Amino acid sequence: MKKLINRPQDVVQDALAGVAAAHGDRLKVHTAPDSIVRADAPLRGKVAIVSGGGSGHEPLHGGFVGRGMLDAACPGQIFTSPTPDQVLAATRAVDGGAGVLLIVKNYTGDVMNFEMAADLARDEGIVVESVVIDDDVALQDGRHTAGRRGVGATVLAEKICGAAAERRRPLAEVAELCRKVNAGARSMGVALTSCTVPMVGKPTLELGPDEIEFGVGIHGEPGRERRPAASAHDIVAALATAIVDDLPFGRGDRVLAFVNGLGGTPLLELYVVYNELHTLLASRGIVIARNLVGSYMTALDMAGCSITLLRLDDELAALWDAPVVTTGLRWGA
Amino acid sequence: MTAADQGTGPGDGSGARREAITRGDVVAWMRAFAAAVARDRDHLTELDAAIGDADHGINMERGMQAVLGRLDALDALGELAGGGVGELLKTVGMTLVSSVGGAAGPLYGTLLLQMGSAAGQASELTLADWASALAAGVSGAQARGKAELADKTMIDALVPAAEALQAGAASGLSLAEALRQSAAAAQRGMEATVPLVARKGRASYLGERSAGHQDPGATSSWLLLHAAATALPAGLAP
Repeated sequence: MKKLINRPQDVVQDALAGVAAAHGDRLKVHTAPDSIVRADAPLRGKVAIVSGGGSGHEPLHGGFVGRGMLDAACPGQIFTSPTPDQVLAATRAVDGGAGVLLIVKNYTGDVMNFEMAADLARDEGIVVESVVIDDDVALQDGRHTAGRRGVGATVLAEKICGAAAERRRPLAEVAELCRKVNAGARSMGVALTSCTVPMVGKPTLELGPDEIEFGVGIHGEPGRERRPAASAHDIVAALATAIVDDLPFGRGDRVLAFVNGLGGTPLLELYVVYNELHTLLASRGIVIARNLVGSYMTALDMAGCSITLLRLDDELAALWDAPVVTTGLRWGA
Repeated sequence: MTAADQGTGPGDGSGARREAITRGDVVAWMRAFAAAVARDRDHLTELDAAIGDADHGINMERGMQAVLGRLDALDALGELAGGGVGELLKTVGMTLVSSVGGAAGPLYGTLLLQMGSAAGQASELTLADWASALAAGVSGAQARGKAELADKTMIDALVPAAEALQAGAASGLSLAEALRQSAAAAQRGMEATVPLVARKGRASYLGERSAGHQDPGATSSWLLLHAAATALPAGLAP
């Protein structure tokens, strides 16, 4: 294992110290329990938005803390959900009296830890709503599993809800928007190589040199099937078809197309993917009205990508376009 | 410090095994579990790598190290011995909740917290009290994770263990024998997870591919019950 780290068990703490050193002017970094909080929080009368999850997906979630997006992020250990006391401390720190929305990705650990945190916060009189994101179409049968995983739609939900909160929309409406984004978004990913968790020191997924994992999760958990490596054209066709058929998206739909790198794939290849996606959607009469291309929700050093499509209406498009000032996304300000 | 040192409480002078569980016994149990988790850390992580995300041993070790730290801190303050059994179980539960993360943190944390609530203020618990407390803890963990038997989770080891302990208490077994039977039931439950298809947690994403692997959560739960069988009846009265 070659990584730019010191001791494997210190990676998260060392990185948080780096975030504090780099962005201390706009972000407050707390440790024990760990959180990254907007420097100007709490904002009176604004719904606060808190998210979090295991580390290793950067810039998600800490890179999305700032004006127009999250008020706080709770980083867990690598690929391990944050603990309830972390989420509770962050919730307390950002509550400006208008309530707090917790955006949770649908993984067993995340759901339970955030549930416990929400219970504790409510005991303290903080008004909390919680929305679980589950947009991954790789898992076709949700009844006999922990349910579909929360992936790319999380980034879109955090951006759109953050903009709504900035406009002083009330908690119930911001939560409803979050559910709307989740309901209108579908994603799927593919891994070309495994990631390596520093504390484990070897690849999580055993992928041969000519194999790809279709429908991979963002922790290297297996997906739909193992396939032989293929061209970007064929891979995008398979991913996009699974996504489009699932919602389904149809002729005349306006969408936000999000091509996301998983950490080990160059931007050059992501644009090759975007080009294939653009052509394929055009042939089906689906209009890309907004796009996002880059590595925003990663799986450490995994090579591969995910595609997320979100059905847009004027409200969602306007909230997407609203100003955002974070280390991960920044425009309009 | 050995488990026996920790488990030794004020005796009745008869030289017989004590039939009650004290705070000292809980400390001995947690030290034995921490040692087992540290010993089997890589094994737990390898089981998790096969069907999960390869961090179960790491997370459990981090949590139990935090528990040991908390126990040592209480010891340094002279607060380890006094007080109720329930309070100590809750302290352990809160420590796990705030240090493990993942799914195991809330599940083991809830198990210990609910055991603590059921144990109440008593400074000594009989086998029947202890069996009721374990049953309450297991139901708490089951409610938190919404898992059923045969979903291939820790519940598959915990439920039979709690049932065996209650059956042992009802049929008048000694504490030591009841704990042994409880640990044996946990082991059978753990081994029975091998052919199951997971329906909860990250292993469920694998569908049929999860069959043929022993569940890591059921394995750490067996370690917990096995630690109880080895550490708790070690409290030989002097």
